[in-house]
Amino acid sequence: MNGTIQAPTIEYALLAPMLVVFGAAIVGVLVEAFAPRYLRSAIHLPLTLLSLAGAFALTVWQALKGVPTKPAAMGAVAVDGPALFIWGTILVLAFVSVMLINDEGHFVAAAAAVPGSAEEEQALYSGAAHTEIYPLVLFAVGGMLLFPASNDLLVAFVALEVMSLPLYLLCGLARRRRLLSQEAAVKYFLLGAFSSAFFLYGTALLYGYAGSIDLARINAALGTVGGQDTLLYLGAGMLGVGLLFKIGAAPFQAWKPDVYQGSPTPITALMASGTLVAAFGALLRVFWVGLGGLDWDWSPVLWGVAILTMVVGAVLAITQTDIKRMLAYSSIAHGGFLLVGVVATGTAAQNTSALSGILFYLVAYGVTTVGAFAVVTMVRDAGGEAWHLSRWAGLGKRSPLLAAVFAFFLLAFAGIPLTSGFFGKYAVFQAAVSGGATPLVIVGVVASAVAAFFYVRIIVLMFFSDPAADGPSVVLPSRGTAAVVGFAALATVVLGVYPEPVLHLAHSAAQSLFVR
Amino acid sequence: MTTHYLVLSALLFAIGGVGVLVRRNAIVVFMCVELMLNACNLAFVTFARQNGNLDGQVIAFFVMIVAAAEVVIGLAIIVTIFRTRRSASVDDASLLKH
Repeated sequence: MNGTIQAPTIEYALLAPMLVVFGAAIVGVLVEAFAPRYLRSAIHLPLTLLSLAGAFALTVWQALKGVPTKPAAMGAVAVDGPALFIWGTILVLAFVSVMLINDEGHFVAAAAAVPGSAEEEQALYSGAAHTEIYPLVLFAVGGMLLFPASNDLLVAFVALEVMSLPLYLLCGLARRRRLLSQEAAVKYFLLGAFSSAFFLYGTALLYGYAGSIDLARINAALGTVGGQDTLLYLGAGMLGVGLLFKIGAAPFQAWKPDVYQGSPTPITALMASGTLVAAFGALLRVFWVGLGGLDWDWSPVLWGVAILTMVVGAVLAITQTDIKRMLAYSSIAHGGFLLVGVVATGTAAQNTSALSGILFYLVAYGVTTVGAFAVVTMVRDAGGEAWHLSRWAGLGKRSPLLAAVFAFFLLAFAGIPLTSGFFGKYAVFQAAVSGGATPLVIVGVVASAVAAFFYVRIIVLMFFSDPAADGPSVVLPSRGTAAVVGFAALATVVLGVYPEPVLHLAHSAAQSLFVR
Repeated sequence: MTTHYLVLSALLFAIGGVGVLVRRNAIVVFMCVELMLNACNLAFVTFARQNGNLDGQVIAFFVMIVAAAEVVIGLAIIVTIFRTRRSASVDDASLLKH
C-alpha cells in the first residue's frame, strides 16, 4: 500500500490531433468569456476551421510516420490504422459541417428567450447570435475522435458523453420551428442519457467479470474466468444496447427521425455523418477487441439486429412525407447495411476485408449525407426550410442544377453504379458473402431495392410533376454552402468512378487491424 | 458478502429503468436516469472490493463528474422547454411525428 506512485507515460505526439481539437475548444470558451461580442464569430470561425485542418494534417503525418503497434497513454487510447482512418474521416466531415454551420440564420438568436416573446423579437432585431456553437461543435468532434480510439470502457464512456452532451444542446438551438427543436433536444437528451446508463452498467458488469475495464484484458478473461457467465452475458448485452443506440439500430432507432427532423439542419448533417462514423468505430473496437472471443454468442444477435434495422429503415422510409425524416430513416437503413459488415467476421483475412469495406462505406455515406443535408438547407419557404415532400414537387423545373445534384446524392444512397454508394455496398456485401453471411446479404439487397424505390420516388417528384404556384424558393447559397455541396458532389463522383485510392487507403488501414 | 450490494445495485438500476419508462415528468425521468448511474457506481465499488483492485473506486469518481455535467445540460434543456410550454410532461411534447 505504501509503494511510490509512478507517473503515467503519455504519448502526446500520438494524441496530438485530439489535443488540438480539445485545445481549440477550450480557447473557444475563453473567447466567449473575454472577447467583445462583435469580434467573437470573426475569431471562432478561423479558429475552428484551422484546428480541424491542423488535426487532419497531424493525423496524416501520424499515418505516414507508421502505425504504432501498441496502445498509447497506458493502454487507454489505441491509435491504430482503423482509428487514424476514422479520425481523418471525422475531421473532413466536421470541417464541411462547420462550413454549413457558419451559414447565416440557422441558429437561434437567444436560446433562453421564449419563442414568440418580445425578448426574442428584440434579440433578433439587435442581431444577437450564439457564438458558443463553435466551441460546442469542437467538443463534440473531440469526443467523436476519442470514442472510436478508446481502448478501455471508462474512456469509451467519457468519450461517449463528451460527444453527446454538446450535441444535445446544439439540437435545441434552431432559429425557426423552435418548439420542434426544443422537443428534439429533450427527446435526444432523455433517451441518450438512458442508453448511456445501460452502457455504464454493462461496463460495471464486465468489470466485475474480468476484474479490469481494459478491452484486451476482458478478451483475455473470456478464456480463463469460469462460472460468471451471467455477468458476462448481461454486461455484453447492456454494452451493446448503449452502442447500438448511438448507431440508431433497430429496436433503438426511435430517436433518430425525431432528432434529425427537429435539429438545425447543419447539426443534423454533423450528427448523421460524424456521430455515425464514431459510433461504428467504437462498436467495432468493443466487439472485436474486447469481446472478440465471444463472437459465437454475439454474432447471431447482431444478425437479428442487422436484419431488423435494414427492414425497419427501408420500409418506414417509404411512408415518410418529410424530407429530413426520410433521410433519417435512410440513415437507419444504412446503419443496417454497415452492421452486415460488422457481422461478417471469421478468419483474420476476412476481418481485414470486412473492416476495409466498412471504412470505405463510412467515408462514402458520410460525405453524401452532408451534401444532401446541405441541399435541404437551401430549399426554403416563407417559414424556413421546406421540409414537406409535396413542397419539393417540380423543383427540377425551377432549379435544375440543385435538383440534379440532390438526385445524384439520392442515387448514391441507393447504391447505383458510378456513385460512391455502389462501391461502399459492394465492398461490405462482398466481405459478408465470403464471411458466410449470405442470407444477410440477400436481405440487404432486397432492402436496398425497397430503399431505391423511395429515392427514385423523390427524383420523379422533383422532375416529373408540376411545381406549385407558391412553391418554395431556392436561396442563392452562401460560398460556404456552395462549397459543401460542390465538395460532396465531387467526392461522390470521384469515389464512384475512381475509388481505388480510398479503397487502397482503407485496406492498408484495416490491414493492421485493431491493436490490443 | 458483496452479493447483497450487487442485488441492491441491480434493484436500484431496475427502479430507475422502470421509472424512465413509466413516469411522465421530464425532471422525474431525468432523476431516474441519475438513479441508474448511481446504481452503476454502487456496482463499480462493490466489484472493486470483490476484485481486490482500486479501478472501480476511481471509475466511480469519473461517473460522478460525468453525471454532474449531464445534470447541467439536462436541466438547461428541460427548463427551456418548460418555459416554452409551461409543462415538463414528456407526453405533451409530441409535435415530432409523421
